[in-house]
Amino acid sequence: MNPLTFALRDSATLFKRDVRHSLRYLPMTLSGIMTPVIMLVLFVYFFGGALGSSLMGAEHGAYINFVAPGILIMTIASGCATTAINVVTDMSEGIIARFRTMPISRASVLTGQVLGSLLQTLISVGVVTLVALLLGFRPTTNPIAWLEAYGVIALFTFGVTWMGVLYGLIGKTPAGANSLALTFLLLSFTSSAFVSTATMPSWLRWYADYQPFTPVIDTVRGLLMGTPITTTNVILAIAWSVGLALLGFILAQMVYNRSAA
Amino acid sequence: MMIETQGLRKSFGSHVVLDGIDLCVADGTIYSLLGPNGAGKTTMVNILSTLIRPDGGAAKVAGHDLIKEPGEVRAAIGVTGQFSAIDNLLTGEENLLLMADLFHLRRSTGRKRAAELLERFELTDAAKKRPSAYSGGMKRRLDLAMTLMGDPRLIFLDEPTTGLDPRSRQTMWEIIRSLVASGVTILLTTQYLDEADQLANRIGVLDQGKLVAEGTPEELKRRIPGGHILLQFADERGLDAAAHVLGTTLRDDAALTLQVSNDGSVKSLRTMLDRLDDVAIPVESVSLHTPNLDDVFFALTGHANQTSVPTTQKEAVR
Repeated sequence: MNPLTFALRDSATLFKRDVRHSLRYLPMTLSGIMTPVIMLVLFVYFFGGALGSSLMGAEHGAYINFVAPGILIMTIASGCATTAINVVTDMSEGIIARFRTMPISRASVLTGQVLGSLLQTLISVGVVTLVALLLGFRPTTNPIAWLEAYGVIALFTFGVTWMGVLYGLIGKTPAGANSLALTFLLLSFTSSAFVSTATMPSWLRWYADYQPFTPVIDTVRGLLMGTPITTTNVILAIAWSVGLALLGFILAQMVYNRSAA
Repeated sequence: MMIETQGLRKSFGSHVVLDGIDLCVADGTIYSLLGPNGAGKTTMVNILSTLIRPDGGAAKVAGHDLIKEPGEVRAAIGVTGQFSAIDNLLTGEENLLLMADLFHLRRSTGRKRAAELLERFELTDAAKKRPSAYSGGMKRRLDLAMTLMGDPRLIFLDEPTTGLDPRSRQTMWEIIRSLVASGVTILLTTQYLDEADQLANRIGVLDQGKLVAEGTPEELKRRIPGGHILLQFADERGLDAAAHVLGTTLRDDAALTLQVSNDGSVKSLRTMLDRLDDVAIPVESVSLHTPNLDDVFFALTGHANQTSVPTTQKEAVR
């Protein structure tokens, strides 16, 4: 077998380990799902009436159709915190030191973490989708558009997850890692998740339109609800996803390979 | 030689942890690095097991250059550290099978070897349990079993019995002896003289990042002041009489004790008691004091001016 085959095989082994961890450590796993579900209930039932009528008027239907795509993307930010905490906890265990003294590809330890977290976050997004449908979310487009929407979600999750792994490596403590991951939750709040950026003052709107979450949310919302999708948004959504993945990947490898001492 | 180092150095900031270590460990032997906390034992293991890079010096481990061929070194070694390197969310058996996968063993081979090791280390009953339900000794045994899944030629054992109860310690010693009998080379660090004495072919005494003494256990013990025997008497008359019979002794009139130099062997103990018996001196109690690590260190580092000068100078030149 050549080195690449070994690296893939080791990544698969460590991915399996990460999945087992998620199943054995359910409270942590579920907390990644609970946050967006609570937000969904909060925004649909508590703020939904006021926000919905002022934002879109009666003819656009329920506010849930506006906010649900935003909450789906917020689930990714929430998953990032779970990833960061899981990684920081794992790194403090002696088993990681053992991995470093073994003839296994170094990249596969982090790749295994990313694949495990990716799967976990995508499952969370699926669960949140089901809850949204139960609460009255009614997408208007066809199955192809659904697949495209979840493709965008998966790509963005991949980028955010690599950042989550990086946060876990530099966070030192679970609290530290969680604080770093909060930046993504903050970004999701200041995006087009809850209100259209058109309602914001122009200086703030510029920030809200170009930060990572808004292009992704607007693209997914367009694919699910048939609202207009701009080419700029699609390009930005892909660029942010790939950019975050690259940044997280490169920095995480650097930190992991250096942090031995 | 399984391990060969020349002038290995490492500092953390301005703190010099290893100050030029020359070490040779022959194939199939146990070499023990003996020293107190902070002497640099763990740093030495971390460097030789590729976890951290030395600042200077050269090292060959299992025939490969430590810096240039870390992958080849990793393929030949196994490490069981002071802090357990096990996955606490997986069961004992799953931990071993994880190792089997990472060592790229065939599925059937992995299962077979895992079952054998669980059996050999008396972990079969605990195989389906997570390590949180294990005792300290069981965790340490699982840790070592995980190391053995890779069939290493050289094993680093970093303080393998620290914090274990006496029985677990005995079990660990037996395991270590059986490993060497099967041809494995072991670098063992310990802060217990008796452990190094019991297990090692050669001992290196590490103090403040320097190898202050090196040799077989016998050679080292010859450099250490022997133990002594403390005799307790019922009254001053007995004390006087015994002091007269035994000659040069350390006498404590208040405590009614005599301290007699003795190597601790049964023969010398019997000879001494026979001499007291011959003149009918009743002894209340006898206690034996063997040299401990403190004595060793005092002897080897406290008299550095007499015993370690050649070594120190040699390293200063380098």
